[in-house]
Amino acid sequence: MDRVAIVGASMTQFGDRDAWLLDLLAEAGDAALDDAGVDGDDVDHLYVSNMASGEFEGQTGVPNALAHDLAAMPAHTARIDQTSSSGGAGIYAAWQSVASGASETTLLVGGEKMTHRTTGEATDVIASLTHPVEYKHGVTLPSFAGLTARKYLDQYDAPRESLGKVAVKNHENGLDNPHAQFRKEVDLETVLESPIVADPLRLYDFCPITDGSAALVFCPESVAAEYTDDYVVVSGVAGATDTHVVHERDDPTTMRGVVESSNQAYEMAGLGPDDVDVAELHDMFTILEFLQSEDLGFFEKGEGWKAVRDGVTDRDGDLPINTSGGLKSKGHPLGASGVAQAYELYQQLLGNAGDRQVDAEVGLACNVGGFGNCVTTTILEQP
Amino acid sequence: MSDDDTERRLDAHRCENGHLSYPGHTRCPDCGAEQTETVDLSERTGEVVTWTTSTATPPGVREPNHLAIVEFEVEGGAVRALGQLTTADGVDIGAAVEPVYCEELREPGAGIREPDSQAWDGYRFEPV
Repeated sequence: MDRVAIVGASMTQFGDRDAWLLDLLAEAGDAALDDAGVDGDDVDHLYVSNMASGEFEGQTGVPNALAHDLAAMPAHTARIDQTSSSGGAGIYAAWQSVASGASETTLLVGGEKMTHRTTGEATDVIASLTHPVEYKHGVTLPSFAGLTARKYLDQYDAPRESLGKVAVKNHENGLDNPHAQFRKEVDLETVLESPIVADPLRLYDFCPITDGSAALVFCPESVAAEYTDDYVVVSGVAGATDTHVVHERDDPTTMRGVVESSNQAYEMAGLGPDDVDVAELHDMFTILEFLQSEDLGFFEKGEGWKAVRDGVTDRDGDLPINTSGGLKSKGHPLGASGVAQAYELYQQLLGNAGDRQVDAEVGLACNVGGFGNCVTTTILEQP
Repeated sequence: MSDDDTERRLDAHRCENGHLSYPGHTRCPDCGAEQTETVDLSERTGEVVTWTTSTATPPGVREPNHLAIVEFEVEGGAVRALGQLTTADGVDIGAAVEPVYCEELREPGAGIREPDSQAWDGYRFEPV
C-alpha cells in the first residue's frame, strides 16, 4: 500500500497573540503550503482541528472561512473537534483522506485562540467537556490532575519532587524553541514553592493558556518526491477512547485510551515502544507525562517517574521526551497542540531541529483529549 | 415523605449482569446490557480513593473547592462517585466519608453550561 507522507509543516509563535483564530489558522496554513510548495487550489481536503472557536470567540464555520482565505476552494472541508486531542484526531482524518484515495493533497491546520478569556472562563470552557454529575461539582481538568497525582504518588511511592522534574526538564527544552510561549529556565525549588492549584499540584505543574496554530500537508508517498526530498511518513496512527466519566476507571493511574491507541499504532507501523527514538507527550499537567510514558510501554507501570529522575527522558538521554518543551513550556492552544507535536517530530526526523536536535529515525506523538477520554497516537518515520 | 425527599438519592445503576456504574448509562459500560436497577448510595459510608483541593475554580464555583473520588461497597461489588468534600480537614486516602445533601453545588448560569440542561443539587462528602 502507498504510505502517507507529510511534505510540509509549520507552526506560528505560541503565546499571547493579538491575532484572532482565523488569522492564526491562515498564518500557519499559508506557511505549511509554502513549506511544501503546494498551491491552495491543489488542496483536495482541508481539515481544521479546533475545540471551541464558537465558545471562545463566537466564530463558527471556520474550515470554510480558511478555505476561502487560502484560495483552497473547492476543497472539501471539515472541523475536527476532539477537545484537547483535536490535533491528533485531525492527523488521523488527514491520513485517512489520503490513504483512502479520497484526497491527493490534504491540508490540516490546528488552532485555538484563548488568552482573551480569564483563566476561570477558559478553564470553564474546557471543563464543559465533563459529564453533568462532574460539572455540577465544579470539577476542572486541573482538579482531575490533582486527584490523579495524589493517587499516583501514593500508589507507586513516588516523591513529589519527581513531578517537578518534568516541569524543569520541559522548560529547559523550551529554552531552545523559538516558537515556545515560555522560554525561561525554571528550577525545582521554584516549581515546588509555586502556588497550589490542585493539591498536590502547583502552578508550574500546569501548562499555560495559549493562542497559536500549526499545520501539516499530507500526500501519498508515491507523489511526495514531486514536492520535496525532505518528507516523513505516517507509519502508524490510531485513536481510542476511555470512559467519559473519569471516576469510573478501575485504575485512575492508567489511561486505557493511550494503551489502546498506541497498541494499534505500533501494530500498524510494525514497531514497538523500544523502536521509538523521540516522543512528544501531552504534558498538559506534569503527572500526564508519567502516565503516558508508562501506558505507551516506554517504562513499567509506576516506573515512569524514575526514568525522569534518572535523566532517561532528557534531551541527551536514551529516550528524549518533549524536546519541543512540551505543552508545559511551548503552550497549549487546544486544537493546535496535536498538530504542533507532529511539527516537532517532523523537524527532528528531517534534522532541522537546531539546538533541540536529537538522533532520531522514529518519532511518536501522543495527543490526549479530556483527561485521557480520547487519545490519538501517531508514529512518524524517516522514509 | 415529601416529594423533595424522594428525589434526594445518589443512585448507582446496575445491569442484569450485576455491573454497577455511577452515573447510569444508556447501556452498561462493562457489557452493553440494559441497566435495570438502582442502588441508592446516599445513606452509605464510603472510602476516599483520592482527593484534591482546587484553588483555581471557574465562575460560580466555591474557592477553594475540595473534591474526592469515593468508593462505596454495595451488594455485588464496588462503585465510585466523585463529589465535593464539606472540608479537607481529616481527609486522606482511605478515610471514611458520608454523603450530605446540598441544594446547589455551584451557581447555575455563572458558567458556560445552560442552567436548564442539568441538575445542580447533589451530595457532598463529609468525613465521618
